[in-house]
Amino acid sequence: MAASEKSTIERVRATLARRNRAERRFKNFGRAAVLVGLVFLVLMFVNIILTGYSAFWQTFVKLPVHFDAQVIDPGGAGDPETLGSADYGALVKTSVRSLFPEVSGRRHRRDLGQLVSRGTVFQLRRMVLEDPSLVGSRAEVWVPADDDYDMLHKGNVDRTLPEADRRLSDRQIGWFDRLADDGRVESRFSATFFTAGDSREPELAGIRGAAMGSFFTLAVTLLLSFPLGVATSVYLEEFAPRNRVTALIEVNINNLAAVPSIVFGLLGLAVFINLFGLPRSAPLVGGLVLTLMTLPTIIIAGRAALKSVPPSIREAALGVGASKLQMIVHHVLPLAMPGMLTGTIIGMARALGETAPLLMIGMVAFVVDVPQSVTDAATALPVQIFLWLDSPERAFVERASAAIMVLLAFLVAMNALAIVLRRRFERRW
Amino acid sequence: MGSPSLILALLGLSSVSYYLGWRRSISLAQGTVRNLHSLPGYHGLYTALWAAVPALLLLGVGVALKGPIVTNIVVSDLPREVQSLSPERLNLVVNDIRNLASGNIASQKTPGMLAAADRYIRLQGYAAIAITVAVLAMGVFCGAIAWRTIQPGKRARNSVERIILGFLMASSTIAILTTVGIVLSVLFESIRFFQAIPVTDFIFGLDWSPQMAIRADQVGASGAFGAVPLFAGTLLISFIAMVVAVPVGLMSAIYLAEYARPRVRGVVKPLLEVLAGIPTVVYGFFAALTVAPFIRGMGEQVGLDVASESALAAGLVMGIMIIPFVSSLSDDVINAVPQAMRDGAYALGATRSETIKQVVIPAALPGIVGGVLLAVSRAIGETMIVVMAAGLAANLTANPLSAVTTVTVQIVTLLTGDQEFDSPKTLAAFALGLVLFVVTLGLNVIALQVVRKYREQYE
Repeated sequence: MAASEKSTIERVRATLARRNRAERRFKNFGRAAVLVGLVFLVLMFVNIILTGYSAFWQTFVKLPVHFDAQVIDPGGAGDPETLGSADYGALVKTSVRSLFPEVSGRRHRRDLGQLVSRGTVFQLRRMVLEDPSLVGSRAEVWVPADDDYDMLHKGNVDRTLPEADRRLSDRQIGWFDRLADDGRVESRFSATFFTAGDSREPELAGIRGAAMGSFFTLAVTLLLSFPLGVATSVYLEEFAPRNRVTALIEVNINNLAAVPSIVFGLLGLAVFINLFGLPRSAPLVGGLVLTLMTLPTIIIAGRAALKSVPPSIREAALGVGASKLQMIVHHVLPLAMPGMLTGTIIGMARALGETAPLLMIGMVAFVVDVPQSVTDAATALPVQIFLWLDSPERAFVERASAAIMVLLAFLVAMNALAIVLRRRFERRW
Repeated sequence: MGSPSLILALLGLSSVSYYLGWRRSISLAQGTVRNLHSLPGYHGLYTALWAAVPALLLLGVGVALKGPIVTNIVVSDLPREVQSLSPERLNLVVNDIRNLASGNIASQKTPGMLAAADRYIRLQGYAAIAITVAVLAMGVFCGAIAWRTIQPGKRARNSVERIILGFLMASSTIAILTTVGIVLSVLFESIRFFQAIPVTDFIFGLDWSPQMAIRADQVGASGAFGAVPLFAGTLLISFIAMVVAVPVGLMSAIYLAEYARPRVRGVVKPLLEVLAGIPTVVYGFFAALTVAPFIRGMGEQVGLDVASESALAAGLVMGIMIIPFVSSLSDDVINAVPQAMRDGAYALGATRSETIKQVVIPAALPGIVGGVLLAVSRAIGETMIVVMAAGLAANLTANPLSAVTTVTVQIVTLLTGDQEFDSPKTLAAFALGLVLFVVTLGLNVIALQVVRKYREQYE
């Protein structure tokens, strides 16, 4: 053996440091990868919460309103029709002007009128209709500020920007600051956000309509997909003969689970709306489309749950004379039910967050009214987020992130329920 | 009676029938259930099913036929000159009548139309009454017959089980029907599209501008349907997404499966899976509002011209969305590699990373490839992120900093808003849908094959 040739142990030692460095590097790559995922998760949540939390509060302005009998009820008859059709816009204008008597000129006066929300008119009208004795009296009324001032009050308007780059001029900001100094501005919990439908005015827009739309859509989805999913998984797992038709169905279900959701939207548009003539924008059609989309998830979970029930249970039931269907209904299904419910809840959570197929079937309409049934025009929560994000006003972006927070809260609740179900009823055989 | 209340009435009827059937079976058995072939509950169910199912089927047929029949009668009573109109014009007239009938605004309000609308309302009313009577009569009749046939020796359980089995079989065919429905609906509209625009122009054309001229003299509405820029844009964004998702997803899977302590794994894995549960519209929001401006700002810092709807922003966020997809699929296959193989490598003196790189990954490679293919198909079909964060301009470019558009974005743009169903513009969306369906289906079939082959190897 030549002296220059090293023994194995020496050769290993020579490279060991390098190999150990490579080992540490590799492990750190792994750590970094996990961190990247987690950091993005945190970033996204923080970002959404920071943009959205302020939407739960809203800026209100105290307006000294004179319910002038001359304007509201010139005849003094007091019948609801006259009261209802009176010019409340004039009342609002006079009230705002009374706060800034020095402002003159048409343009400035018009700007002044836009200090408070356009909904103020309806608010005053409602007040008078509810209590006609207000006519002729004076009252201090808290009304929502216009969304631009709302943003200003929440600190989302950069006052250092040049005037031309802002939605509010220096003069307008000055008016608002004066109101604030007078104690006429207040931040309050925004009930509107939870009770109103969509609106063109951000300060009047709420998620109630979209939430009800989502509710009706999911109700249809649940009512159809749960029984169908359970029935299919029971048939495939317990009854189906092992033949080519069954194999075809199985391949089909696996593939459907991976078909892009937008393709289901195309199906819904072509079949449910154009062929069957169901109404566009209706939660009924949305529910049908989402049913087809979530069925594979529920079927796959259901079959796994049925598979996990041990054969001894079935044989014991058959042994004491139960028919096959009795064995399934009385023994296997109750044991498999937690697994099936978990799968269904997860499928429902996916359906709740789904947007693309709903765009296809017209659930992107601007719907002001809160839908009352499955055939009314409606949007869904995620679609509402998409719509708001498309709007130019900064205030809508804030509302969109608040709506995301609501949506995520629902999703967290549903997934938590699924986890609890699994933990509580899961059995190891 | 409207359909919902009619269905409720039928439910009531069938519960009554259940009770009657149950009681009759007991009284026929002289109070001793042992004398019956089937339990009393099955006799009840048997009666109830007979009371409800045929009536429900009749209701379905009635509701489907009501509209066309009423419309036909109304049309046949219209003046001759109206009836001789072309089908499209006639359709407009019928729509007007319907609008008048439901109190909406109609374009013409002649006395003749008003009379037709009145007739329409009246006929609708008759039809509703006829359906109600027929359905309820059907329910009572069938329920009564079933009730009459109850005998102690009657095999009611077998009949009920047969009906239930039929229902189970029927519901399992829905999966097939869905696929057939997708294929047919997309295919039919695509064929209509390809009658207007040649297939080769669509697949190989380099110019996409789907604005069709409504008038012949309109400017700037060429109606070019070359889909190559869309395919290129889709591939570019998917590629960026995979560049993010594959290394990050794979490395996290390796770390969690091979290095992390069980407690860390128990916390981190569900957290990463939260990423998979977030709705895509939220990712779109994040991409459009945070990531895209950030990348644009970064680009300005180093003097690059970045489009505000850059492919990079959309791809990056899509990649993050896909991370848990890649990592959980890889995690499964890495865990499926037998421990003996790792032990063998350790025994030869390999370090952990050498074992992973030279033994575990090669062994798990088919499964990982399958998972990546599934992830690619997810990326190609993803809609909301690109709708919100990618552009509409069909640029044929490989520059990730410029704006590109994708197949899914174009489907959404073409099909939202006003649409008429015979213009190539809307039909183009279905042709794009067909391409999307075929491509993702192909990827899925290949991926599932690869994964299954791999599973068989170690089981």
